[in-house]
Amino acid sequence: MSISLTVNGSPHQVDVDPATPLLYVLRDDLALNGAKYGCGLGQCGSCTVVMDGEAVLSCMVPVMLVEGREITTIEGLGTIDEPGPLQQAFIELQAAQCGYCIPGMMMSAHALLRRKPRPSDAEIREALTTNLCRCGTHMRILAAIRRAGELMQAASLPEADEGRAG
Amino acid sequence: MGILQHEITRRTVIVGTGGLVVSFSLGRAFAQAPATPPAPPAPPASLPGSLDDDRFLDSWIRIDPDNSVTVFTGKAELGQGIRTALLQVAAEELEVDPAEIEFVTADTGRTPNEGFTAGSQSMQNSGTAIRNAAAQVRALLLAEATKRFGVAVAELRAENKSVLAKDGRRVSYGELVSGQMLHVEAQPQSSLKQPGTFRVMGKPLPRVDIPAKVTGQPAYVHDLRLDGMLHARVVRPPSPAATLTELDQGAAERMPGVVSVMRDGNFLAVVAEKEFQAVSAMRALAAGARWQERDTLPDQTTLPAVLQGLEREVGTVAEAGALSSDGKVFEATYTRPYQIHGSIGPSCAVAQMKADGTLDVWSHTQGVFPDREAIAEMLAMPEEKVHVIHMEGSGCYGHNGADDAAADAALIASKIPGKPVRVQWMREQEHSWEPYGPAMLMKVSATLDDQGRIASWAYDLWSNTHSTRPGGAGALLAARHKAQAFQPEPAELRISPSGNGDRNANPLYTIPNKRVLWHFLPDMPLRVSALRALGGYANVFAIESTIDELALMAEVDPVEFRLSHMEDPRARAVIELAAERFGWDKAQMPRNRGRGFAFARYKNLAAYLAVAMEAEVEPETGRVRVARVVSAIDSGEIVNPDGIRNQTEGGILQSISWTLYEAVAFDRTRITSTDWSSYPILRFASVPDSVEVHIVDRPGEPFLGTGEAAQGPAAAAVANAIRNATGKRLYDLPFTRDRIRNAIGGA
Repeated sequence: MSISLTVNGSPHQVDVDPATPLLYVLRDDLALNGAKYGCGLGQCGSCTVVMDGEAVLSCMVPVMLVEGREITTIEGLGTIDEPGPLQQAFIELQAAQCGYCIPGMMMSAHALLRRKPRPSDAEIREALTTNLCRCGTHMRILAAIRRAGELMQAASLPEADEGRAG
Repeated sequence: MGILQHEITRRTVIVGTGGLVVSFSLGRAFAQAPATPPAPPAPPASLPGSLDDDRFLDSWIRIDPDNSVTVFTGKAELGQGIRTALLQVAAEELEVDPAEIEFVTADTGRTPNEGFTAGSQSMQNSGTAIRNAAAQVRALLLAEATKRFGVAVAELRAENKSVLAKDGRRVSYGELVSGQMLHVEAQPQSSLKQPGTFRVMGKPLPRVDIPAKVTGQPAYVHDLRLDGMLHARVVRPPSPAATLTELDQGAAERMPGVVSVMRDGNFLAVVAEKEFQAVSAMRALAAGARWQERDTLPDQTTLPAVLQGLEREVGTVAEAGALSSDGKVFEATYTRPYQIHGSIGPSCAVAQMKADGTLDVWSHTQGVFPDREAIAEMLAMPEEKVHVIHMEGSGCYGHNGADDAAADAALIASKIPGKPVRVQWMREQEHSWEPYGPAMLMKVSATLDDQGRIASWAYDLWSNTHSTRPGGAGALLAARHKAQAFQPEPAELRISPSGNGDRNANPLYTIPNKRVLWHFLPDMPLRVSALRALGGYANVFAIESTIDELALMAEVDPVEFRLSHMEDPRARAVIELAAERFGWDKAQMPRNRGRGFAFARYKNLAAYLAVAMEAEVEPETGRVRVARVVSAIDSGEIVNPDGIRNQTEGGILQSISWTLYEAVAFDRTRITSTDWSSYPILRFASVPDSVEVHIVDRPGEPFLGTGEAAQGPAAAAVANAIRNATGKRLYDLPFTRDRIRNAIGGA
């Protein structure tokens, strides 16, 4: 069955069993690496992507429910040469050990920061409730998300920047 | 001859300078032949780090005429940042910018054999080897430049891949190096750079792997996509001793995209064109399999007695003076359950049997060479036909499912030649089949003399071995399950300086009379192997809990009590630093909060770590949260301070998770903790408010490694903080809400 979905702004047609979880379509059909298989049970958050602004567990979402939706994965936040603010913050604070859980953490944070640019520590923790990290990088992940909020704020004030530049 | 053969093969195939190396090596071998039988050669001088095992400089460092620099390590990046730290060491001594070095990690075709990346030994072994090799390569290049320029070496300096003369002349490394210049054995002594002159070492170079990981670049073996690659899944037995009695594979075979359904004894697998097709077929195949199960697992409710019943041999770990029971006595029994590595990404591997009969395997194994040996044995292939290449996986924390997934991929690929096959385990397979950190029982009987000093210390621990790593095929699940099954090698009791189940069992404190025994359990009813810190986690938990109780009995502050029994100045330094930065003297704990302190030197011969914690206990729910952590570590000369901090924070948080939440659950037949719901771990709601890591630098001292220094002390600090908050000592890991409530309720 052919299904159309929009990932990181680009439209795609995929011919798959409609029950296939979105995660496998992203990885296998679209060759995206960001979303990771961790449990397939909605317990660990490593497959988190953003769908129409909300963080969802892509291992639990059949691709047929994604028809016509906007999906954002970590690949949509920037590139290795031009990292977006969230990516910059994780690099700046060295917020990874093995890094396997990190894209899922970042997508949960992305959804949070879209709706709440300056979240409290409790709100960040709440947003990461379903995200597991095994290396113990939690403190840096929290700090990186706070830092990303600052970077996004700075980036969203272009007039002020221009004023200073002028 | 074996070593020579290996050397030739490796260089011929991969490095490409084989012709020269072959003639060189054989020439040397033949030169000895005509003479009378030579006198037995003097044992070669010991070389620094892993150079002792792979003695040629060009095994570690290659410089090509185009001035490209390649550095090789047999160690693997496991998420601990070793690639970056080793790169810093090489860049420093070679006088090359880190970004200009191609860095090649564990690969049986290309790199030295450094065994396993384990035991927090990569900096000691590989870091020391690379540092010395790089310094000696720099010296050779400088010596060559003295000939070119006709000036003394004092007139020259190495800088940015070139040698510069004071008169302004410059020659690149690539122009200086020729022929076999670097194919020489290393010398025992190197002229290392002085710490004051470091450009790269001792500084927080950002991890080279992180940008790719946070932007969705292919970074893991999970992301490897080869042309024509197929996806496989394994159907594992429902319990450790189950045997297959009946199989209906028709339903799986008829599913879309299915290329192959395989049975080899108790080994079942499906191969499909796409990944989710493989997952679906795996489920269909599992539904068509009938197994005979046996109740081979012990009774979890009586685990301490079970462990004692499995004892077959006793090893003496340490002994001094004569035990006595005079004075005040403290006795306790501690337990630690089976615990998992629990990588967030289940194990994965890719393998391809090629037309020339060689097998490539990409794996996140900790030991490409031992894994190659085991896979070759399983498939009855010569070792040199198996090529194992390390690619990163999800964090490993010890011997997890990596080698088994590599064996799964290899076995499946061997049955469909030509096709690359990717296998990833399912979550429940990882939880059920990875080798666990062994359950342990620790008994202590200690006395204080009338001055309040520890007079006598009897410590008995019961444990399996903590290493069943490959080498032999019997270490691999696929090899155990196939029709021509391999058996695991019998476990043996070995007492070594770095320890195993007995790691850190001998307290570092000054105790005149002591006896430490390892009651060894050769039978392993649950599959076990190395989990970070091995026995050090539970032994330090038991020892440092006991030290706290003895301090209470002596009515001495626990930090003061530790210092009064500690002579090693480096140990004292981290204890004093952690206490000072925590504000131990001033700390006033509010109601339901407590503070705890602990210390250990990992393996009694590696990194020193002390940690102070503040924990809050909710009496109604039994919930514990560690609120504040302050630690101090000395892991020798610093290469990357931020790497040390990152690893130490990680070790502390991982240990808090083990200590508060984690235990493998099982009935008499099956593992029942098969996901994150039945085996909970630390979540963000319970993460501390702050974790500080203070580093003591020791310029010029050997690297001591970092990754496993914190686990034991962190566990004990949690226990001691709960004791301080509630007045109750907890002896059984993990400190679940039920256990806390029960302990408090008994007040």
